[in-house]
Amino acid sequence: MKGDARGAKRKEKHAAAPGVAGRLSHSDKLSLYYWMRLTRTLEERLVNLHRQNKLVGGLFRSLGQEADAVGSAFAVEEHDVLSSLTRNLGSLLVKGATPVEVIRQHMATADSPTRGRDLGLHFADMGRGFIGHISPLGDMVAVMAGVTLSFKVRGEPRVGLVYLGDGATSTGAFHEGINFAAVQRCPLVVIAENNGYAYSTPTAKQSAAKQFVDKAAGYGVAGDRADGNDVLAVYEVTKRAVDRARSGGGVTLIELVTYRRRGHAEHDNQSYVPGGEVERWAAENDPIDRYVRVLIDREKVEQSELDAIDARATAEVDAAADQALRSPPPSGPDALTDVYAGASRLAPHWYRK
Amino acid sequence: MAEITYLEAIREALVEEMERDANVFCLGEDVGVFGGAFKVTEGLQARFGENRVIDTPISEIAIVGAAAGAAHMGLRPVAEMQFADFISCAYDVLTNYVATSRYRTGLACPMVVRAPSGGYVRGGPFHSQNPEAAFVHTPGLKIVCPATAEDAKGLLKSAIRDDDCVLFFEHKYLYRRIKGVMPPGDHLTPIGKARIAREGKDLSIITYGATVWKAIEAADQLAQAGVSVEVIDLRTLAPLDDDAIVATVKKTNRVVIVHEDTRTGGIAGEIAARINELCWEWLDAPVLRVTAHDVPLPSAAALEDFVLPQTADIVAAAQRVGRY
Repeated sequence: MKGDARGAKRKEKHAAAPGVAGRLSHSDKLSLYYWMRLTRTLEERLVNLHRQNKLVGGLFRSLGQEADAVGSAFAVEEHDVLSSLTRNLGSLLVKGATPVEVIRQHMATADSPTRGRDLGLHFADMGRGFIGHISPLGDMVAVMAGVTLSFKVRGEPRVGLVYLGDGATSTGAFHEGINFAAVQRCPLVVIAENNGYAYSTPTAKQSAAKQFVDKAAGYGVAGDRADGNDVLAVYEVTKRAVDRARSGGGVTLIELVTYRRRGHAEHDNQSYVPGGEVERWAAENDPIDRYVRVLIDREKVEQSELDAIDARATAEVDAAADQALRSPPPSGPDALTDVYAGASRLAPHWYRK
Repeated sequence: MAEITYLEAIREALVEEMERDANVFCLGEDVGVFGGAFKVTEGLQARFGENRVIDTPISEIAIVGAAAGAAHMGLRPVAEMQFADFISCAYDVLTNYVATSRYRTGLACPMVVRAPSGGYVRGGPFHSQNPEAAFVHTPGLKIVCPATAEDAKGLLKSAIRDDDCVLFFEHKYLYRRIKGVMPPGDHLTPIGKARIAREGKDLSIITYGATVWKAIEAADQLAQAGVSVEVIDLRTLAPLDDDAIVATVKKTNRVVIVHEDTRTGGIAGEIAARINELCWEWLDAPVLRVTAHDVPLPSAAALEDFVLPQTADIVAAAQRVGRY
């Protein structure tokens, strides 16, 4: 399914007129479902592995935010570059990261994308066009300003997409990065994911702005806002911004309104969340449930088709987990390579020789 | 060949590298039309265009972050901090992102950050700093501090071609005071190799940057008293040239380390520790440091002269080491 879905996307990628999600092909629309389902199934497996103590470090869920990640990443092309954030597992999968890589990253195995050096979604592959974030938030906006500056000065028809959270809009790096990109008219789309909380801090304590998209005017860039739990709306708003960037229109700041249904990470009991809030979002505004209704009611998709996609996602995650569980941990001395370019290995301290 | 200044040598390196490789470009505050606060990049925008000499907002985070992103894509950015003092604004991006990128994800950051640094110019607390030690402490960065015009050119050309991020601390005091004749051809000074600035046999002064010249003055004065002083110009602080340090210790058995940076946590302590670990038995005297006092650098001449190491201080330290 994964290969099929991506293949379908490639064939159709020029067919969608700017801003018209309705022109996505039937196959694209099923692909959107597949990527969201794969994201959720993969995370559920990571939760199991976390509880079995098989993961290293914390586990950061994107439960309830799958439409935000998948719909936006679906709007960029293969040769574009995106920089993901904590809750953009779906974006990375759409951009070509594989479930086995993701599980290995969370297990810090020797054959993980960062060979056990970094965790979670902190990994990158320029060949597939993604750069994972680092923990100091907002920095990737500045880095992506540079990535897209290269597109501009070389005259390449490529676009960059960078995600940040509501919390990171408070950082200097966000401000400095988007301002630089705006002045240079870099082909960059900046998505502010407003999921209600930065760790325990609600958006009202993060910013006095009524909505994050209002900041766009201050930077002199286009601004747009969408329901982050409506995957087609997310696709549409992002596609419009991507097309604008590709045609020389510069930066767009998009606010996607969504909701973080789990804590910052799995250790976080969400004691600060008002009672009933999580349950209400789960019952009334789950992005996958909503999209299933769209597919069945409007696209006349049979439930059996969706069940088949679910089964394929589960099978892929099963296979990936089996594979990752056979991966070895790194060996200690491997920590001493690649600090600098070249094949040299730092000399270990004498008491480690 | 005519002599050119240390500053002109830097500009010559930029021009040569930009002509050699279309991926090389400059970015920074006021570097384009104005040619930079010190006129290092004067004329470059007219010559190479606005896409290769980019005037940026006042934003060290964006300058360094954008340089890193451009470097990921195969460009070779040369970012300018208007004063090295402001590099601390980009400390997070440099240490958390640039320095770790290759190690973590395999994405290279071949970029240069030029940082006009140093005192003896009455610049005060925010236009005189020597922030190198903070970055020497960060694995993944390379750090060079040229003392001569020849090295300013040769090290910058090497830094631009290096596949890692190089912090290039160019000394403001030397910009127009030091001249040199550039070696012919494609002049590259290797990163990571110290230089013997003055041969000697009785005592070694290990230093870098502007204090190389004060060490040579001190060596001249000590020579009149019959003391033969060797002056080692480190040129690169990361990676440090341990071989050159050990060689001079074995030759003279007495060491004074001099730097303009403040004392506590300065690189002199690191060098002394390495001498202790690598060649302690070759020493005839304790290793002494001559450094700035541990205060923010004040503006008034009398205050700055008191705080920063002077030639007489180096002579005094050498005489003390010589008495053992």
